[in-house]
Amino acid sequence: MSGRWHHLLLGGAISLVVVLATAAFSAWPAWQSLPADGALLRLSFTVSGARTCRDRTPEELAALSPNMRQAQICERRRMPVRVELEIDGRRVLAEDLPPSGLSGSGPSRVYRRFELPAGTYDVSVRLRTDPADPGFAATASRQITLEPGQNLAIDHDAGRGVFVFN
Amino acid sequence: MASPRAVLRRGFDRAERALDLAFGPDWNPLAQLGPLGWFLYWIVVVTGIYLFIFFDTGVTAAYGSVKWLSEDHWWHAGVARSLHRYASDLMVLLMFTHLAREWAMDRYRGARWFSWVTGVPVIWFVYLSGITGYWLIWDQLAQYVALTTTELLDTLGLFGEPIARNFLSPEQLSDRFFTLMVFMHIAIPLLLLLLMWIHIQRIAEPATRPPRGLAVITLAALVAGSLILPAPLQGQADLATIPQRLGLDWFYLGLYPVIELVPAGVIWAGLAAFTLGLVGLPWMPPKPDAPAAEVFLDHCNGCERCVADCPYSAITLIPRSDGAPFRFEVEVNPERCVACGICMGACPSSSPFRRAGGLITGIDLPGHPLAQLRAEVIRAGSELAGGPGSGRVMTLACGDGAGAVPAAGQVHVPCAAMVPPSILDFVISRGLADGICIAGCAERDCQNRFGVRLTRARVARERDPYLRERVPRQRVLSVWAGPTEAGRLSREVAAFSGRLAGLGAYDKIRPLDEADRAEALRATSEPGTAQ
Repeated sequence: MSGRWHHLLLGGAISLVVVLATAAFSAWPAWQSLPADGALLRLSFTVSGARTCRDRTPEELAALSPNMRQAQICERRRMPVRVELEIDGRRVLAEDLPPSGLSGSGPSRVYRRFELPAGTYDVSVRLRTDPADPGFAATASRQITLEPGQNLAIDHDAGRGVFVFN
Repeated sequence: MASPRAVLRRGFDRAERALDLAFGPDWNPLAQLGPLGWFLYWIVVVTGIYLFIFFDTGVTAAYGSVKWLSEDHWWHAGVARSLHRYASDLMVLLMFTHLAREWAMDRYRGARWFSWVTGVPVIWFVYLSGITGYWLIWDQLAQYVALTTTELLDTLGLFGEPIARNFLSPEQLSDRFFTLMVFMHIAIPLLLLLLMWIHIQRIAEPATRPPRGLAVITLAALVAGSLILPAPLQGQADLATIPQRLGLDWFYLGLYPVIELVPAGVIWAGLAAFTLGLVGLPWMPPKPDAPAAEVFLDHCNGCERCVADCPYSAITLIPRSDGAPFRFEVEVNPERCVACGICMGACPSSSPFRRAGGLITGIDLPGHPLAQLRAEVIRAGSELAGGPGSGRVMTLACGDGAGAVPAAGQVHVPCAAMVPPSILDFVISRGLADGICIAGCAERDCQNRFGVRLTRARVARERDPYLRERVPRQRVLSVWAGPTEAGRLSREVAAFSGRLAGLGAYDKIRPLDEADRAEALRATSEPGTAQ
């Protein structure tokens, strides 16, 4: 067999082996990202904390031009939002979420994931937007059943002020 | 004990020798990693354009279109998809092999830092191109990649809204997401092309096309591989579930299991350290300085031969500045010069026969000037046992081939092409040896890119400066061998010596005068005195 045919055949065979090895490694071995009986619970929302405001005094109002006379004056920075999550009575998240933005004027945001074995759980979630408020602005308690491989998301509908389980 | 670099280099050399047998030196894939990378890039581009014809952007349409082309039209679009994927995977494999090989061959420091450093963002853009491609299919692997990537990106705190929220539930994912991903999957490879172009800017005649035979072999193997093992498509993504067991593409997604297991801060720190470490490698430590080539205008007529032969585009032609009756002179950019000496070998003024005044050529290498080379061949000739006609072989060896280890009768040069053909003439016609062995790098890949090709052409009298006709071709042997082939070099030199003995002495010897010889021997025993 002449040189170039030899190179084409032998080189081609080696190249094919490399391509097949590449193809195999392109999908194998499989990776078990989550246990076979595992499920995922995710908590994520965007909520704005309260602002610290006070009423302007009559003297302050009088010093302003008529079109600027707003009754209240508020700090730019928002309050942190308190979020708590309990699963079967065990507190898995209790955090004060700082406001976003350089001046702290943006909403507070959270994204947390909890890997759980499939099963039934009692889930309680609550948030407080004003630290001065002794209660919570939104709460939800629900019994959930997670199937293997299920992805359950808890969001917050800021318009209605309620938690949403997706 | 050998350094890790030397061990790796010898490992590459052995593997390449085996591939030389299978592919031939000119088609050796390990010596064509850069051109092959370009070839694979174009395969990915062409197949990507073809796949785009059939691809629908949409939450359900994306997966449906990929499933349709993979199953119903497997024989053209499905094969194109497999080619797209496997060529991309091979690019990763080639890229890291290329990186390791250039490091092993010490071709990343000194003047070569630019190609190394500009190659680092190429790695990132290859990965970004691949990862955005995986999102588009919107199967379970895409869902896993999208979620893991966005969760990792969110830890940087750069995005106002956590971008992982886009994948919170099926309702939150819109068709526009796929339009955005298509845009990214086109824009990023285009930027990659720009980076690849920058990557090769500091080398002359960059090889961006593999030899045709190797291209045919590679494409045929990819097509055959795509037919035998079509690229798999996993189940459709469903944000109401979470992918549990996945067939990962370990070339692109090998880091993803680590992302799951290790805190995000460690991942980012590791990636930053990897990137900065690679960028800084050319200076850890820097390459010992080899002075750049130097131009001597009194001996330069602006003939351009050095400009044409320089493998690194380090020499340019500029208007004459000294009033001599020539249009041009040459200028060396020291930032680009690797001091290989190929320019000196190309200069017609590089003649060892000229002895009026100091031996100065048009373009010389300060660290290893022509005068020193002349003195070294005289010294090497004096070390050879026997007299004229006894088969004495002088070896002119480059430091990167099989003759790298010093021995009697050898002269070491940075590159075989640094030796002007007139030196070969000088050795033979002065009776310093009966024959000359040029021991250069392995044929498949010269350390200085063009050394093998230029030396061959000059000795074959196909390229200026030519080897003079009076030098019998049978008295010059070229051995192109890598660092692990010292044994072959010895055997070939021994056989050559036997053939030379059969030829007898060269019949036109004009012996060197003793004063010249004594001066050369004195010069080589006192470094730096050869003039």
